[in-house]
Amino acid sequence: MSIPSLSLEGKTAIVTGARRGIGEATALAFAEAGADVAISDWVVEDGELAAVADKIEKLGRRSLAVQADVSRKADVDNLVQRVMDEFGTIDILANNAGIASGTPLLEMGEDEWDSVIDVHLKGCYLCSQAVGKIMVEQKRGNIINIASVEGVRSVRRSANPYPGAKAGIMLLTRGMAWELGPYNIRVNAIAPGAIKTGMFLLGAWSDPEISKLVEARIPLGRIAEPAEIANVALFLTSGAASFITGHTIVADAGLLAGFQSPPHPDDLPKLELD
Amino acid sequence: MSIPSLSLEGKTALVTGARRGIGEATALAFAEAGADVAICDWVVEGGELAAVAEQIEKLGRRSLAVEADVSRKAHVDSLVQRTMDEFGTIDVLVNNAGIASAIQLLEISEDDWDLVINIDLKGCHLCSQAVGRIMVEQKRGNIINISSVFGINGHPACVAYDSAKAGVISLTRALACNLGPYNIRVNAIAPGSIKTEMIRPLWSDPELLRALERSNALGRIAEPSEIANVALFLASDASSYVSGHTIVADAGLTA
Repeated sequence: MSIPSLSLEGKTAIVTGARRGIGEATALAFAEAGADVAISDWVVEDGELAAVADKIEKLGRRSLAVQADVSRKADVDNLVQRVMDEFGTIDILANNAGIASGTPLLEMGEDEWDSVIDVHLKGCYLCSQAVGKIMVEQKRGNIINIASVEGVRSVRRSANPYPGAKAGIMLLTRGMAWELGPYNIRVNAIAPGAIKTGMFLLGAWSDPEISKLVEARIPLGRIAEPAEIANVALFLTSGAASFITGHTIVADAGLLAGFQSPPHPDDLPKLELD
Repeated sequence: MSIPSLSLEGKTALVTGARRGIGEATALAFAEAGADVAICDWVVEGGELAAVAEQIEKLGRRSLAVEADVSRKAHVDSLVQRTMDEFGTIDVLVNNAGIASAIQLLEISEDDWDLVINIDLKGCHLCSQAVGRIMVEQKRGNIINISSVFGINGHPACVAYDSAKAGVISLTRALACNLGPYNIRVNAIAPGSIKTEMIRPLWSDPELLRALERSNALGRIAEPSEIANVALFLASDASSYVSGHTIVADAGLTA
């Protein structure tokens, strides 16, 4: 018996939605741990995705940056094909791509509903299907889906496709664990709480007054760095999690354990949505 | 940024119910990871607990083996006092001590109900309270409670065990809220089918083993060390933002 290693030496990974936030942190953590990492995002014009690829290569790993809208099958198939051409194998898929939405039910347009559900939930399905086919052939693999505490409890006090999509991802995780388990593929999710990303409160947490309000609701009293979620992803991909599949690890510093939720934008001063 | 380490170098831990099974594996994993580990069990006559302490010391760590029934406050207080006298601090507490009973509602006696609830649930409370006081003083700490998939899904033959293990999950949430402000994380693990003495009759029979293996998505049962590894993750900084959560390690059984 020896301490399990979180090393991904010799492994290859795809991380979607990796130009910033949890996706970027996860891609970099996997590269630090020794993996070659392909990354995708539907936005490439700002150069952020290419910058993440540079950082992966500076860590001495191979990288590949691909523009892909994960809600479009043609984009996903192209992404997976290019990764296979480059790496020859895919050991880990992190379905992280997602978009924010704050519109309540009564104001929701059909297009916005579709785009949120399509990027989060359908994107998770499309990528898992395309990569799953390869992993079934390989008879090994590891899929990590990024859900949210919003998929567990209604934080917004309104109906919005974001929580619905995140809840769907958690059930998709369970079903995929059953379907792919016989092929030695583990499938798990992470439900992050308050994380310092551009998406969380649309970045308004960086205002000290607002961050104090948020922290007061969290048992551990702080908002997390994206790297703290990346570390959970690293654990789930490692041998240390060998008997865990179909599970969602909630990483929220105790938020959902009690009666608190992250603040609703209406509770916060100076927060302008859209 | 660098890879998080699962090292517990310089830390001290207390693992209850550690003479065998998941408790033993966790104590040894923590010692491998660099921690000094105090262990207890209510059975010491067979020499199993002393043997685990020896293995910990062979790994170059300090150990301390204490006889304690975690359902009795006097035992728990003595256990925690002796650990403090020896180590001076307790960084990680693993509430693993537990017993199972396979008795249905209409058959279970009051004594049998009390026994299971007292060891599995009250024991978790008593140890968390005694060690929690120290951790609050230290303004840091980590508590890991061993629950079970039986605390998530009902099993008709195990009413007391089901209830106690569900209680452990709920206690975990309450403690996380209560102790979080003192920089103490509290989590649980709900193991599925693990190769321990507790369910030996289920895996020593080839036919029953097959049924057990077919009940989950990975088609196998786990070694106790696979649960110890999850405990190690929860004890480490790699899980710095995880608290109040129960990690289900069941190969998809309850998925």
